[in-house]
Amino acid sequence: MRQLKWKLFLVVALVVLALVYVVPSVCSSLPNWWRTLGILPTEKIHLGLDLQGGMHLVLEVQTQKAVENRIERTVQELRDAMKKAGVRYGDLDRVKEIQISVRILNEQNIEAFDKMLDKEFAWLRLVSRTPEDEGVVVRLDLPDQEVKYIKEMASKQAMETIRNRIDQFGVSEPDIRRQGENRILVQLPGIKDPQRAINLIGQTALLEFKLVDEDHVVQEALKGKIPPGDEILYQISEDKVTRRTTKTPFLIQKRTCLTGEYLTDARVQIDSQFGEPYVSMDFDKKGARLFERITEANVKKRLAIVLDGRIYSAPVIQEKISGGEARITGNFTTEEARDLAIVLRAGALPAPVEILEERTVGPSLGRDSIEKGLLSMWVGGILVVLFIVIYYKGAGIIADTALFLNIILIAAGLAFFQATFTLPGMAGVILTIGMAVDANVIIFERIREEVRLGKTPRAAVDAGYARATMTILDANVTTLIAALVLFQFGTGPIKGFAVTLSIGILASLFTAIVITRLIFDYLVFQRRIRRLSI
Amino acid sequence: MQFIKPDINIDFIGKRKIAFVGSLILIATSIISLTIKGGPRYGIDFAGGTVVQVKFSEEIEPQAVRNALGSMDLGITSIQGFGKKKEHEFLIRAAKSTEALESLASGVKQTLETAYPQNKAEVRRVEMVGPQVGKDLREKALLAMFSALLFIVVYISGRFGLKWMVSIIMASCLFLALFVFTRFGVSIPFLILIAVLVTLTLSFYLKLRFAMGAIVALIHDVVITVGVFSLTNKEFTLPIIAALLTIIGYSLNDTIIVFDRIRENSRKYHRQPYELPINRSINETLSRTLLTSLTTLAVVVALFVLGGGIIHDFAFALIIGVIVGTYSSVYVASPVLIIWHQAMKKPIGKKRQSRR
Repeated sequence: MRQLKWKLFLVVALVVLALVYVVPSVCSSLPNWWRTLGILPTEKIHLGLDLQGGMHLVLEVQTQKAVENRIERTVQELRDAMKKAGVRYGDLDRVKEIQISVRILNEQNIEAFDKMLDKEFAWLRLVSRTPEDEGVVVRLDLPDQEVKYIKEMASKQAMETIRNRIDQFGVSEPDIRRQGENRILVQLPGIKDPQRAINLIGQTALLEFKLVDEDHVVQEALKGKIPPGDEILYQISEDKVTRRTTKTPFLIQKRTCLTGEYLTDARVQIDSQFGEPYVSMDFDKKGARLFERITEANVKKRLAIVLDGRIYSAPVIQEKISGGEARITGNFTTEEARDLAIVLRAGALPAPVEILEERTVGPSLGRDSIEKGLLSMWVGGILVVLFIVIYYKGAGIIADTALFLNIILIAAGLAFFQATFTLPGMAGVILTIGMAVDANVIIFERIREEVRLGKTPRAAVDAGYARATMTILDANVTTLIAALVLFQFGTGPIKGFAVTLSIGILASLFTAIVITRLIFDYLVFQRRIRRLSI
Repeated sequence: MQFIKPDINIDFIGKRKIAFVGSLILIATSIISLTIKGGPRYGIDFAGGTVVQVKFSEEIEPQAVRNALGSMDLGITSIQGFGKKKEHEFLIRAAKSTEALESLASGVKQTLETAYPQNKAEVRRVEMVGPQVGKDLREKALLAMFSALLFIVVYISGRFGLKWMVSIIMASCLFLALFVFTRFGVSIPFLILIAVLVTLTLSFYLKLRFAMGAIVALIHDVVITVGVFSLTNKEFTLPIIAALLTIIGYSLNDTIIVFDRIRENSRKYHRQPYELPINRSINETLSRTLLTSLTTLAVVVALFVLGGGIIHDFAFALIIGVIVGTYSSVYVASPVLIIWHQAMKKPIGKKRQSRR
């Protein structure tokens, strides 16, 4: 029969194609000619983090903080502008997290203030204006649209920065993507030191240069009398030998002289005198100019280098520093220095991030899971295969052939779609093995019924398939629906389960209906067998 | 070889009352257990918290691990052995989910290493889920169960009753109701309850009897599986949701095959009382039902025994599901069709005759 030949050809072609896709995942190293041919697939089945080990993080960008930072900066700008315009004010502060409150003292000043506001700060929104004594208290904030924009940009930038850091850290095939408005999903396969990775990713890394207030005494400030415009920050140093930490308080001017945004490069260097690593930084032109101006104006004063609110060092400025180079020392290990250089190079996060979800699987556990999964697959599979052969004899062999091809097709499907194969996914394959024979069972039971009615093998096979096919389709569509819903809702491993289950259902439909039919047809038409072994 | 003789005729339908009582007892036990314990015992996926899996190189008592970690401020809720005993693995659960930038793993490892330097501890797995994420996942999971049910109802009533339009209208009604109720801030479990009740009533009035039978069977299976989890005090995690959805798919698979036969046989035996074709259909498909359940059970049990600790509960859920699902397609889904009939008080034979 010509039709039969064509069908056979198509099935064989498909199986060969499937085998070709499975080869890269099975062979540990591909032969050279395989690669040079160019058209053959080289992608392995992509293992999920739970099988190959690695870290899964969901971070939330504290976008509200980005808005607060913006307001804080605006307060500084306002202060400078008022000083320049000669406006006298009572107090100026950030209130209610994201509002600016300023008290202007008298008529004359109010006029000058309004003029300045209209000219330079027209983008601020007026919240309230309450007369008080002779002056007025003005509250300002950011328009909603601006807030939304800042938040959006913060999330976007945070993701880019994190991507940068991870790229420089050197992780193969990281997956970094945004989830919703302010969440970032980070997947790092095969990471060995999760703590280090978390530090690297989660550090805000806001580098600031601030002047130490040497006109006041720290001890007084610690008692609660912090001079206006100042804050207390600590230098924390750890003795590497005794692991004891000491905290030294410093009275620091709130105003930031210079930030890390002007950095062009940061590298680890080794101090020639003590052999200790430090991080050396280069500023761009603008940064270099600013740095030069600050150092020039503050010779013999102390300049604190602050990273995320912690003082690393507070050296005394000996002379004007030009050339735009600075260094951070701080008793680092080489690893710490290297990671610090990375975060400085990649830039600061626009807002702090919080870890919402962390899942880390060590490589040994992943290997264990694969071994155990494969073992249960073998045992389960062999049980099913034996059972079917004993129960259906000749027809059982046909069903088992279909089952075997089914597994190859699933593997090929996983490789082809580059779907992630996870531990629940493995369970999905195992489950499919159990359920895949179902279609054949339905068909065989029908054929048996037809044979009992006294039909010839040919008629029995025809009738059996004809009547069972719709039932099988109906039954499998529902499982497919469940799998698709699962795919929609699932995260990582669960998605893997849904994918393998779906591929498994489709593959088993194909093998059970098309391939076994083909074999039966061959037996009935070509070999003209008289009796079905079923 | 065959287990079931071709001419077998067990009176399943006649025994349906006994089966109903059995099912009711199981469901009641499940619900009582769930009520007493205040819902399923949520794992960290849904409740938030931290789990650390530690493997020691030598044998160690759980108490020793507890003592060592006692000094850490983790809010440890339980330390228990995990997997096989000879693997010296422990699961450390903590209520706290550190949202700060410190990894619990390194802390635990350091503490254990200081306490037992000769017995090397290896942190094999850390899972930390913040409370907000847990809440999100919980709602998403319930919504997934709900939408799976919905799509399945649409499919079954469309496929068996040939009432595609009706079922689509019903689905849109449900979605609308869902939308309105979420606006009013009704919590998701109640939403599901409402949705299920609405679906059942609608199925009843729209005469979608197959859909009704299938849904009752599904609810039966899911409630009992969740109940067994509650009774055995097992944790409810994301993979368990996946297992429940798979059970839904599997049980339906069984049910549909029986229904398919019923549809076929109702035409053949339309002059007989309605019970006859139903009982006959169950008998005719019995061989297939048992065979498939057996092969599926075989692989699931293999997974349960050999698959390792992480997949253990998942496989357990599937075992329960396969058993209950097989039972329900014989003793729940089909008898519901009969109850529906009796409720309508119009035997199918009479209806057909009057049409002629």
